[in-house]
Amino acid sequence: MSPIPPKETDFIHSEEFLNGLMKRQLKLSICCASAFLLVLFGLPLLNYLAPDFMAQRVAGFTLSWLVLGVLFFPYVWIIARIFITRSMALENAEVGNAAEGNKRKN
Amino acid sequence: MDFSHIDPWILAFSAITVVVTIVMGFRSAKSSKSASDFFVAGRSVSVGWNASAISGEYLSAASFMGIAGMVMSSGYDALWYPVCYACGYLFLLLFIAGPLRRFGAYTIPDFAEGRYDSPLFRRIAVCFVLFIGFFYTMPQMKGAGTTLAYILPGLPYWVGVVAVGAVITLNVALGGMKSITLIQAVQYWIKMFAISVPVFVLLSLYGGYGKNLSLNQSAAQTAIVQSTDPASLARQPLPEKAPKDDAWLAPFGPLTTKAVKTAADALPADQREAFIKENKKPYALLYTFSLVVGLVCGTAGLPHILVRFYTNPDGVAAKKTTMWVMILIGIFYVFPPVFGVLGRNLMPSLYTGLAGVKGTDAVVLRLPTLMHNGVLGSILSGITCAGAFAAFMSTFSGLLVSMTGALAHDVYGRMLRPNSTPEERMTMFKWCAVLIGSISVILGCFVEPLEITFMVGQAFAIAAASYFPLLFMSVWWRGMTMKGAATGMLAGGLCALFAAAATNVSNLSLDKGKMGEIFAGFAPFNKFWAAHPLLRILCEQPAIWTVPLAITLMIVVSKATRKTVPTDVRMKMLVLHAPEALGLKQEYIQEHQGPAH
Repeated sequence: MSPIPPKETDFIHSEEFLNGLMKRQLKLSICCASAFLLVLFGLPLLNYLAPDFMAQRVAGFTLSWLVLGVLFFPYVWIIARIFITRSMALENAEVGNAAEGNKRKN
Repeated sequence: MDFSHIDPWILAFSAITVVVTIVMGFRSAKSSKSASDFFVAGRSVSVGWNASAISGEYLSAASFMGIAGMVMSSGYDALWYPVCYACGYLFLLLFIAGPLRRFGAYTIPDFAEGRYDSPLFRRIAVCFVLFIGFFYTMPQMKGAGTTLAYILPGLPYWVGVVAVGAVITLNVALGGMKSITLIQAVQYWIKMFAISVPVFVLLSLYGGYGKNLSLNQSAAQTAIVQSTDPASLARQPLPEKAPKDDAWLAPFGPLTTKAVKTAADALPADQREAFIKENKKPYALLYTFSLVVGLVCGTAGLPHILVRFYTNPDGVAAKKTTMWVMILIGIFYVFPPVFGVLGRNLMPSLYTGLAGVKGTDAVVLRLPTLMHNGVLGSILSGITCAGAFAAFMSTFSGLLVSMTGALAHDVYGRMLRPNSTPEERMTMFKWCAVLIGSISVILGCFVEPLEITFMVGQAFAIAAASYFPLLFMSVWWRGMTMKGAATGMLAGGLCALFAAAATNVSNLSLDKGKMGEIFAGFAPFNKFWAAHPLLRILCEQPAIWTVPLAITLMIVVSKATRKTVPTDVRMKMLVLHAPEALGLKQEYIQEHQGPAH
């Protein structure tokens, strides 16, 4: 069912390929996680440091209620969307990368 | 028994939900034939179905009823629960979902064994699956018992537990993962419908979300809010027990400042004010951080959720599924807090009720009955009751599948009889489902006095400090050894368990009912907590130190046992991380039926 299984000597079995692959994947994940953690930990900090600012009213909500109760969800969806698009692009690039590496090696 | 005051609408809607579940279970059971169908739904669940099913499984009684009740009783701080329940999936998506699926196991213990080539580690992992699973099952059972007792007043608590337990056990035993997937997906949409429709009707009758929220006046803005037109919105006077407006609306309210308040009460009267002023907010900030870490990491480490990723055809589908889960769950979680806000304005009498279905937890079920139009109110109340039923049924079925899988696949199929045929394992799956279902029902009958949030909190605390560090580190660090993984996981999980239990038993000893008597021996603890509010916070919400502890131990012990790193770790990592298009994927567990792959 799968395409031709790669041979032991192929480029994709090299240390170089795996290292680069994991590094690029981790970098993407950490970037997205930072955007999320920034807001996740930043919001309590803002509540702590600037309580009056966060208590101002926006359409009946306090600002901090609006952010946490409503806006937080779409924000996370955007991060997820960006991550998926980027990680699929990354995977395609890796496939190309592996094929090229094979050519070079053989 | 007197059945005269039963609302026929409520009864009808609840009955329909249960009947639909049973019928669907029987129908889809016919198509579940192979062992792979039972354990991982043939690895062929499409993104849309799987996302609905995961969402249906995840939104438990605690989400459906508990969050609304908590927002009503504690205000702003309780909003962290829905947000973190939903956003924990982002961590799953970023770090775990894709690689875990590529590994191609059946259960998390499979992964644990396969990654470290260690049967011993499988046993440890199985224990954690069962342990976390039962902790999570008990609150679902309690939800079933109390809701049925609410719908049919006079019915004893255990009837609901036994009825729901029996229905779900039957479904799981008949069709395994494949039929449960279908049922859970439908139950998600029942829940979504049941929470959103009443909210829209109520908001159109009693004013918008923001408008209702604006009736709560924060300390600084009393004047501004009073200038809006208060006559158009009716608000019942709040009873003595309800938190004051500014404490309820602002961050760092009753939920996060409890430890400092208790500590202040133990001090001489003249020091109280200064103590609260100095410590209240920093401690509340710490509490919030720890709560957030625990919920986010706990979500990413719940075994019954993780096992669902194996039902996807591949890693890309696993990632897409996670994203849709976040959207489906996120939309759902906007609604329960609305119930809490409306309940505070319209039905403050719930504040005086006791805990459980009589108190604020009942706000979702009770609020629709307020409507002047009796029939509409009954119909909406019936819809929310049906949603509550769907909530604990779907979560329990998911837990049952994952625990049964652990027992039938890991214990029977891998440890006791590794040579058993897929057919034998399938039969075993059915028997294990009955066994675990029965244990759950028996446990459920005993937990009536315990609080739902207490039990769910325990499960999250343990998962956050054991499975999350394990998966995260196993996927991303090549130097991990079995000893390192096991040490970190056990230490983190046990510390979280004992820390959370220590504060919980002392809380229970203050209970005025039956629980207070059982746990009376722990009452002296409370003096200690009053003297050490910081320690109390760190024990009540242990994640902020248990998660780093687990990860640190994993690194230190792995470095010390460097020689035992699996020799083929590079190949394992390649399978976890390389895109499927490279043809490296090999299912760790394969059932050889039909043509061999």
